[in-house]
Amino acid sequence: MTQTLTLKQLTKTFQGVRALSDVSLTVAPGERVALLGHNGAGKSTMMKIILGLIPFDAGRVVVTGAAPGSADARGQTAYLPENVAFHPALTGLEQTRLYLSLRGENPAKAMGLLEQVGLSGAARRRIGTYSKGMRQRVGLAQALIGRPRLLVLDEPTSGLDPVSRRDFYALLDGLAAKGAAILLSSHALTEVEARTDRIVILSKGALVAEGSLADLRRRAALSVTLHVIARSGAEAAVAAALPEAAAEGAVLSLTCTQGDKLALLRRITALGDQVADVEVLPPSLEDIYSHFSRRDGQ
Amino acid sequence: MNRILATALAEFRIALRNRWVTISVVMMVLFSMVLSAAGSAPSGALGADRLSVTVASLTSLAVYLVPLMALLMSFDAVAGEVERGTLPLLLTYPVSRAEVLVGKLIAHLTILALAVGVGYGVAAGAALATDPNAADGFPALWRLMWSSVLLGATFLGAGYAISALSRRPSGAAGLAIGLWLVMIVLFDLALLAAVVADDGGPFTTRVFPYALLANPADAFRLFNLAASQATAAAAGVAGAASSVPVWQSLASILLWPLAALALAIAAFRKVSP
Repeated sequence: MTQTLTLKQLTKTFQGVRALSDVSLTVAPGERVALLGHNGAGKSTMMKIILGLIPFDAGRVVVTGAAPGSADARGQTAYLPENVAFHPALTGLEQTRLYLSLRGENPAKAMGLLEQVGLSGAARRRIGTYSKGMRQRVGLAQALIGRPRLLVLDEPTSGLDPVSRRDFYALLDGLAAKGAAILLSSHALTEVEARTDRIVILSKGALVAEGSLADLRRRAALSVTLHVIARSGAEAAVAAALPEAAAEGAVLSLTCTQGDKLALLRRITALGDQVADVEVLPPSLEDIYSHFSRRDGQ
Repeated sequence: MNRILATALAEFRIALRNRWVTISVVMMVLFSMVLSAAGSAPSGALGADRLSVTVASLTSLAVYLVPLMALLMSFDAVAGEVERGTLPLLLTYPVSRAEVLVGKLIAHLTILALAVGVGYGVAAGAALATDPNAADGFPALWRLMWSSVLLGATFLGAGYAISALSRRPSGAAGLAIGLWLVMIVLFDLALLAAVVADDGGPFTTRVFPYALLANPADAFRLFNLAASQATAAAAGVAGAASSVPVWQSLASILLWPLAALALAIAAFRKVSP
C-alpha cells in the first residue's frame, strides 16, 4: 500500500542542537498514529517539517506523494496547531469562510462545518469572545475542510471537555474510515490508548518506540499487577496462600512479569470460592511511555 | 484569484472593525476641510481656479498624510500574524505568500482610496461652491487622486516589508515611524541643506533632480505640481526642480509601488513561522 506520509532518517538541527535525529516513520491511509513525547521531544518540530513550515537537514520526507510544503502537499494536508489562534475581530463563521476560500472550496459550507464541531450557536460571534475550547473547535472545523488525505493535529483535544473529546475522536474515526491518514500528538495518554492504531514515542529527537499498544506492552515487559479480594471470612486463608501479596485494606496486591501471569492466576483460581474477585491490571500507557522515554535518557 | 479576494475581504472586515476605515476617512476629511478653509484667501491673486489651488494644497497634505496612514495600516500585517500565532496555520494552506500580501494590499488600498476620495471630494466640493470656474481643476484633482493611491501603495508595500523584517509589532511600529520621518521629513531637509551648501554647483544641477525622483514622496509632489497649472501656488522644492520632465516623475510613482511590493514579498518569504 502506498503510504500517505513517509519519513526516512529525518534529521534536523537547531543551532547545533539535535531536534530530530534519524527519525523514520510511515503513516498509511486510514491509519491513526499517536505521537507521544515530553515537551521538547521534537513532536512539533517533526510536524512543522511535515507541513513544510521549516526546512530539514537530512533525510527524506514524502507527503501525499509530494515534497512537504509543495502546493500539492498543502492542498491535501490539514493542520491543527497547538494553541490554535485566529484574528479576534473576525467571527467564527467569517474565519471558516476564509479558510474554505483559501482551499478553493465553497464558503457556503462554513455553517455546516461549524455545526459538525458544535459551534453553530456562536458562529456569528467574534472569535475574540470565544473560550479556548471554542477556538479549538474552529481549529477542528478548518481541519475538516475539503477531505484532506493527511491530518496533522498537534494536541488536538487540549482545552476540550470530556464529551467534546469523545465527539472529536468520533469525527476522526469517520475521517480515517474514509481513508485519511492521521498523525496526532497528545498528552492525554488514556485517549490515545483507545483511539489510535499505532503509537510512536519520541524522546530527545529520536524515535524510541513504535507499534500498537499491545506490541509496546510486550516489548516493555513491565510487570502486571493483580488485585485479589477474598471472600469475607477467608481473608487469612487467602493471604496465607499468597504470601508474596501486599495487603492494601481488603485488597491483596500482587505483581508479576508478563510470563508468570498465567501461573499466578492458576494459583489464585485454585483457591476456589475463597476468592471473591480478581482484577488484572496491565501496565498503563503512562508506565509504558515512561519506560521507553526513560530508557533513552539513561 | 478567489484566494486573494477572500483574503482582501477578511482584511477589509478586520480594518472596518478596528476602526481603521473610519479613522482614515475622518482624518482625510478633516485635514482637507482645514486646507480648503485656510487656502481660500490667495486664489484670486494667482489667476488660477479655486480647485487647482486646492489641489496644490492637497498635494502638500497628501505627501505627509498618505504615507503615514499607509504605514500605520501595514506595519502589523506580518508581525501581527506572527505575534497572534496565526501565521503557521495560514502558511499550511495552499496559498502563496505573495497571494496573502496582495490580498492585504487590495484591502488596505481600498481603504486608502476611500479616504482619499472622500477627503478630496469634500475639498473639491468646497472649491466648486465658491468658484464657478473650479471645474477647470478636475483633471488635476483626478491626477492627485490616483497618484495618491499609488503613493499609498508604495508605503503599504514598505510597511509590509518592515513588518516581515522585524517580526514583532512593536519593532515594526518603531521602524515604520522611522521610515516616515526619514523619507518624508529628513530626506527633504538633507537635500535642502545640500542645495544651500552647494550654491548652484554640480549637485544642484545634476544630482538633485534624481535624488528627488528616488524618493517616492518627492516624485509624487513633483508629478502633481509640475503637471498642474498651479505650480506657482506651491513653494519650496518643487519650484527648484521644475526642470524634471513629467514622464520621469510619473515613471517613479508608477515603479515604486511595484518595487515596494517585490521587496515586501521577498522579506515575507524569509519569515519562518
